[in-house]
Amino acid sequence: MIKILKYSFYDLMRSRWSYVYFLFYLLLGFVLLFLNNELSKAVITLMNVIIVLVPLIGTIFGVMYFYNSKEFTELLLAQPIKRSSIFFGQYLGVAGSLTMSLVLGLGIPFALYGLFESNAIWDFSLLLITGAFLTMIFSGLAFNIALSNENKIKGFGYAVLSWLFLAVIYDGLFLMSLIVFEQYPLDNFSLMATMFNPIDLSRTLILLKLDISALLGYTGAIFKQFFGTNLGVVISLIMLSLWTLIPVWRLGYKSKRKDF
Amino acid sequence: MGKKQLFFVIIMLLIGVKTWASTITVCKTCPIKTIQEGISQASDFDTVLVKNGTYNEFNLKINKPLTLMGEGNPIIDGGEQGEIIQIMANNVTIDGFVIKNVGTSYTSDYAAIRVIGSEDFLIQNVKLEKLFFGIYLEKSKNGMVLNNTIQGDAKDEYNSGNGIQLWYSQNIVVANNSIQNVRDGIYLEFSDFITIEHNYSGNNLRYGLHFMFSNDDVYKGNTFENNGAGVAVMFSKRIDMHGNTFKKNWGTASFGLLLKEINDAEISGNTFEENTVGISIEGSNRIVYRNNDFISNGWAIKVRGACYANTITNNNFLYNSFDLAYNGNLHDNVFEKNYWSDYTGYDLDRDGFGDVPYRPVKLFSYIVNRTPETIILLRSLFMDIIDFSEKVSPVFTPDNLVDAKPLMKRNK
Repeated sequence: MIKILKYSFYDLMRSRWSYVYFLFYLLLGFVLLFLNNELSKAVITLMNVIIVLVPLIGTIFGVMYFYNSKEFTELLLAQPIKRSSIFFGQYLGVAGSLTMSLVLGLGIPFALYGLFESNAIWDFSLLLITGAFLTMIFSGLAFNIALSNENKIKGFGYAVLSWLFLAVIYDGLFLMSLIVFEQYPLDNFSLMATMFNPIDLSRTLILLKLDISALLGYTGAIFKQFFGTNLGVVISLIMLSLWTLIPVWRLGYKSKRKDF
Repeated sequence: MGKKQLFFVIIMLLIGVKTWASTITVCKTCPIKTIQEGISQASDFDTVLVKNGTYNEFNLKINKPLTLMGEGNPIIDGGEQGEIIQIMANNVTIDGFVIKNVGTSYTSDYAAIRVIGSEDFLIQNVKLEKLFFGIYLEKSKNGMVLNNTIQGDAKDEYNSGNGIQLWYSQNIVVANNSIQNVRDGIYLEFSDFITIEHNYSGNNLRYGLHFMFSNDDVYKGNTFENNGAGVAVMFSKRIDMHGNTFKKNWGTASFGLLLKEINDAEISGNTFEENTVGISIEGSNRIVYRNNDFISNGWAIKVRGACYANTITNNNFLYNSFDLAYNGNLHDNVFEKNYWSDYTGYDLDRDGFGDVPYRPVKLFSYIVNRTPETIILLRSLFMDIIDFSEKVSPVFTPDNLVDAKPLMKRNK
C-alpha cells in the first residue's frame, strides 16, 4: 500500500496540478494578508474560501484522478497485490497531496506574517484541521462515486452534484424545514442537522471560534454551549472522522466485489 | 463713601467674620476621636478634617453646611449596620474617604452616602467598597459627584444595589467616576438636567447606565464595558448621548444600548464595538444618529417596531454580522450617507457617494428575525446566494429601505 501511495503521490507531484493548487493557496494567503494585514480577519475570509473550495477541489480532483489512472489501476490489478491496498494507496496519495498543498500553501504565508506570535494560531490550526478533514472526506466520496460509475460523464455529474448537495442544497432544505417547523423547539434538531453535513459542521466549528458575537444572541447560546465545550469539539471531530472513515470503508468493500 | 455704603460694608464684614470657618480635627489621638463627635461640635460652614485611620461608625447625619475632609484616605467602616453618611443640609462637601461595609437589607435601600433634599453638595475622591447602594441622591439639586471609585461585589440582582442612584434630582454633574461590580452602575429615575461624563462603568450585573422617566439629560465620553445587559435608556425625552464607548456587552439578552420609548434624542460620535446588539430600538421616534461607529457587532442596529422619523446619517458600519434587523414592512426612517463595509457598489461620477443604493437589511437577517434558530446557517454559501438574489430584486425586505447615498470611504 505504501508503495502505491508513493507512486500516486509522485505521479501527482509530477502532474503539476498539486503545484498549481499549492501556488493558488500560497497566493491567496499572501493576498489576503496583504489586504487585511490582520491575522484574525484573514482567518475569517479564509474560512469562506475553505468551506466552499476545498470540498469542490477534493471532489473534482478525486474523480479526475480515478478515471485518469484507470489503466494503471487495471495493470496493478493484474499483479498479486491486495485490492484494498491499491485503492487505499491511490486514495491516500490524492488526499495526502491535496492536504499537503493546502497546509503548506496557507501555512507558509501565515507563518511568515507572524502566526506563531499571534493568538490566532488556534483558530488557524482548527481551520487547517477542518480543511484537511474536508479534503479527505470529499476525495473519499469522489473515489466512491467514480468506482461505482463506469461512465465518466455520469461519474463527474454525480460528484459535482454531491458537492452541490452538501454545500448548497442541504442548507436550503435545512432552512426550509426550520421555517416550516418554526413553532416547535428546534435547537436539538438544528444541532443534529449540522452534525450530519461535514461542511456545515466545519463552518459552525470555525465560526464559534471566530465570530461568536452574533451566534451568542438568543438561540445561539445552545450552540455555544454545545460547540464551545471540549465535549462538543470532540464529538464534532468524531463526526468528521466518521465522515472520513465511512467512504473509505465503502471504497474497500466495493473494490473487493467489483468486476473489472 | 456715603453713610449707606459704609453701613453696607460693615454689615458685609460682620457677615464675613460670622462665616469665617474654623477647622475641627478628628484623629485617634486628638481630643475629638469620632467623626460623629466632630460633626456635632462643628458649626455651620466649618471643616471637619479627619486624619488617617479606621473609624467604625455608621448613621452619620450631616444636618448643617460643612466640609467633611479626609486626610490620607481615612476609612469609615460601617460594620454592615446600615447607612453610613446621610446629608440633609445644603453646601455639604465630602472629600477623600474610603467607605466600606454598608449593610444589606431587603426592606430599605441602605447607601454609603445618601443625600436627601439638599442643594450644592460635592462628593469627591471617595472610594466605596463592600456596598449595597453607593451614592444615593434623593430629591437633591445642583450637586456634583466627582472622581469616586465604587467597587462592589454584587453576585445576584435581588440582593445588590446600584452604584450611583439619582431619584427626583436635578442639575447634577456625575463625572470621572469608576463603577464596577454593582447592579446598575448609574441609575436615574425622574431626574432631569443631569450631566454624566467621562465615567467608567463596567462588569455590572445589570446595566452600566439606566435611565427611567428622566428628561433633558446629557451623557458623554463614558465607557460602558462588559455589563450584564449594556445601557438602557427608557421612557425619557431629549437625552443627548455623545462620544460614549459601548463595548463587549455579550450575551443572550445583551446589547450595547437599549432605547425604549425615547423621543427627540441625539446619539452622536459613539463607538459600539463587539456587542451582541449595538443598539436595540423600540418605540423611539425622532432620534438622530450621527457619526457613530458600529464595529464588529452581531447586529449593529436592531429595530423592533414602532420607530418613526429617525435619521441615521454619517455613521460607519464596519464588519458587523448584520448591519440592520428590521421588524415589519412599514418604514419611515431615513438612512443616508453612511459608510457600510459590506457595500459593493461603484462610484462612476466620483462624488464620493456610491451610485447604487445600499440595502442594509439582508434577507438572512429578516429570516433570523422570524426563526432565530436559522442563525446556525450564518456565512453559509446558500445564505450568500439568497442574500445576493434578494439584493438584486428585493421581495421580502422593505424595498424602500435603502441608503441611497452610501459613502465610498469611511467617515472620519
